[in-house]
Amino acid sequence: MSARATDDADDAASAADAAGPAGSAGAVGTTTAGPAGKPGGNAQERSPEELREHRRRGRVGMMLVVPGLLFAVAFFAVPVFSLLAMSLYTRPEGAAIGVYEPGLEFGTYAEVLSLYWEAFLRSFGFALIATIAALLIGYPMAYLVAVRLRGKPLLQGLLLVLIIAPFFSSFILRTQSWRLILSDEGVVVGFLKAVAILPEDGRLTATAFAVVCGLTYNFLPFMTLPIYANLERMDLRLIEAGGDLYASPFETFRKVTLPLSMPGVLAGTLLTFIPASGDYVNAVLLGNNQNTTMIGQVIDSRFFRAVDYPQASALSFVLMFAILILVTLYVRRFGTKELV
Amino acid sequence: MTNTVNAADTGGATGAGAPAGGADLRLESITKRFGDYLAVDDLDLRVPAGRFFALLGPSGCGKTTTLRMIAGLEHPTRGRILIGDEDVTATRAHQRNVNTVFQNYALFPHLSILENVAFGLRRRRVADAEARAREALALVELDHLSARRPAQLSGGQQQRVALARAVVNRPHVLLLDEPLGALDMKLRRQMQTELKTIQHEVGLTFIHVTHDQEEAMTMADTVAVMNAGRIEQIGPPEELYDLPRTAFVANFLGKSNLFTAQVSGSTGDWLELGFGPHLTRLPAARAVQSNGQVIAGIRPEKIVAVRPGEPGPGEHGWTKVSGGRVLSTSYTGVSTEYTVDVPGAGEFEVFSQNLRSEVFAEGAEVDLWWDERNVFGLPGDSDTEAGVEEV
Ligand SMILES: Nc1ncnc2c1ncn2[C@@H]1O[C@H](COP(=O)(O)OP(=O)(O)OP(=O)(O)O)[C@@H](O)[C@H]1O
Ligand SMILES: [Mg+2]
Repeated sequence: MSARATDDADDAASAADAAGPAGSAGAVGTTTAGPAGKPGGNAQERSPEELREHRRRGRVGMMLVVPGLLFAVAFFAVPVFSLLAMSLYTRPEGAAIGVYEPGLEFGTYAEVLSLYWEAFLRSFGFALIATIAALLIGYPMAYLVAVRLRGKPLLQGLLLVLIIAPFFSSFILRTQSWRLILSDEGVVVGFLKAVAILPEDGRLTATAFAVVCGLTYNFLPFMTLPIYANLERMDLRLIEAGGDLYASPFETFRKVTLPLSMPGVLAGTLLTFIPASGDYVNAVLLGNNQNTTMIGQVIDSRFFRAVDYPQASALSFVLMFAILILVTLYVRRFGTKELV
Repeated sequence: MTNTVNAADTGGATGAGAPAGGADLRLESITKRFGDYLAVDDLDLRVPAGRFFALLGPSGCGKTTTLRMIAGLEHPTRGRILIGDEDVTATRAHQRNVNTVFQNYALFPHLSILENVAFGLRRRRVADAEARAREALALVELDHLSARRPAQLSGGQQQRVALARAVVNRPHVLLLDEPLGALDMKLRRQMQTELKTIQHEVGLTFIHVTHDQEEAMTMADTVAVMNAGRIEQIGPPEELYDLPRTAFVANFLGKSNLFTAQVSGSTGDWLELGFGPHLTRLPAARAVQSNGQVIAGIRPEKIVAVRPGEPGPGEHGWTKVSGGRVLSTSYTGVSTEYTVDVPGAGEFEVFSQNLRSEVFAEGAEVDLWWDERNVFGLPGDSDTEAGVEEV
């Protein structure tokens, strides 16, 4: 929200507002005091009390983030650094399998990119399709529970439990069940064949379709819950106001509900896309060995089968970096502006 | 507002560009049930075009429900709603030429002030939506804030944006659901004047819901007093105050002294009443019922208290009730409010303007006088406590 305010800082007041977290209280005061809402050049002026308050808040804030910071250093920064280092290791001449020594071998990156670019593209493609599918399925679910069933807590609670229920069983087990559902003798395939959507010799197990189904299903709650949390807080009177102002239900959704739920959609898509693009369980259990290989699978096999640590590390690093770039672009595009 | 002239100027310009004028609103035996609960009970109402109409009633009497049915946000269980000559009962909110100023404003937080105001125009594909929205913002003197978000405005400013957002569409009927409820007293008074000015300029039919009787009386041409899902009485504020037809209206709109009396006879246009050992009269035209037991009423400020035996304010046409004793005195500056016990007749509230410095102490003996033309008569079976505000 504060990023958005900065974005629209088209008058002096909001500019002062964005000047700093502690400055905002003072700036708002100035805004309302001035008759035309235009503070003078003294927006930066601060009393000793304000400065002291600012420092105090800073200290308290520091103390509160210290544990998280330590955790992040120990379990994120250090591993990432060693991952980076490992990806640059070289293999000494004539060494046994799995023996490497520190080095600066950047060639590994070029090597893995040329070997596995297809798996990368496929991973992001699958993740994108799964994210879109999860959005199309999850948004209506969240809308139903948060908006339509507002004021019926019992039904809401029940449906929420149903949305979260899959989490109570093991990830592997859930994915395995999809094999049953999509198996050649299963009802789904039988039905699709009966209505001639699927050819007689067609199958669903061990196909890209099955992998995407698994991804969509497994990450659906990550999509639904943030959107639910967002819609749940929305003031329903805004929807009524839309109707009152000549917007049909669909227009009200497009112009009011959807833009207001964008933060939830943003969070949901990220929470789905990021883990889905690195996932390997679905591809292993529901895919085949030819055209459904995702990058997680490749990393796994490089690491544990080929015992090629530098390659596995380089792949992991490229994956991380690519996700970071994609996410940054995405957030830049949709995070600060509404889709109006 | 300090610059009403300015508002009037821009208002004229706005008015010229749009088809002005509201339409008649008719509610025909509207009933609304929520489960077993009867929120609005067989309500009939007709508001002529261009009126400032106030719907006044205690909390929970069904005012908001009535408004929501007019707006199309709620559908009546029974009855018809007509705007102009068109039956809109079956249409949905976005199809009705009606706009609402919501009690909590319900401004769209993700849109700028200007886009909030232009919202309705854009939905109706009005060509110069932005220019019109700017004019409407000028009308409420907020054009300099058009780029802000609602969260960056004060409560009073948000309220005016909500008003502009509704008025800009020139609806046939504008509904205001306690729009001033969240404002402090000073801003409230200011907005009351402003609302009235704007209504005068745009000439729309305003339906203003409030539970503040003073607000209803100062602003509206016509007031309907509502109680428990029904309308008790409709009329101009002065008429409602001067001649209430039910005990609820007599007590809810201002204060009244209501006492049980027997009609003992009639002479010409007057009914003679006996209450306890005392006698009074009232014009037959001011009585709902003209024989047997009635409830007679007189407003506190219409009673004059004098020292026992002193001459009253008039001779002919005045009633004198002697033997009163002051139970309590409360001095408010412009007036003093007494509670006087009259043996055989009960307690009377007396508001005495402080024309002289004499104030009766508690326990003092007084005679009460009133002009018989001010007495009104209600049905004998009325509940004299109905509509009394619990403090
Ligand atoms: N959706 C609903 N379901 C059940 N009962 C309702 C509903 N809406 C309103 N009511 C009931 O109908 C009655 C009238 O409500 P309404 O909101 O019209 O009152 P009001 O006159 O606007 O009161 P206030 O001055 O407090 O706003 C209340 O008793 C309320 O509890
Ligand atoms: Mg209400």
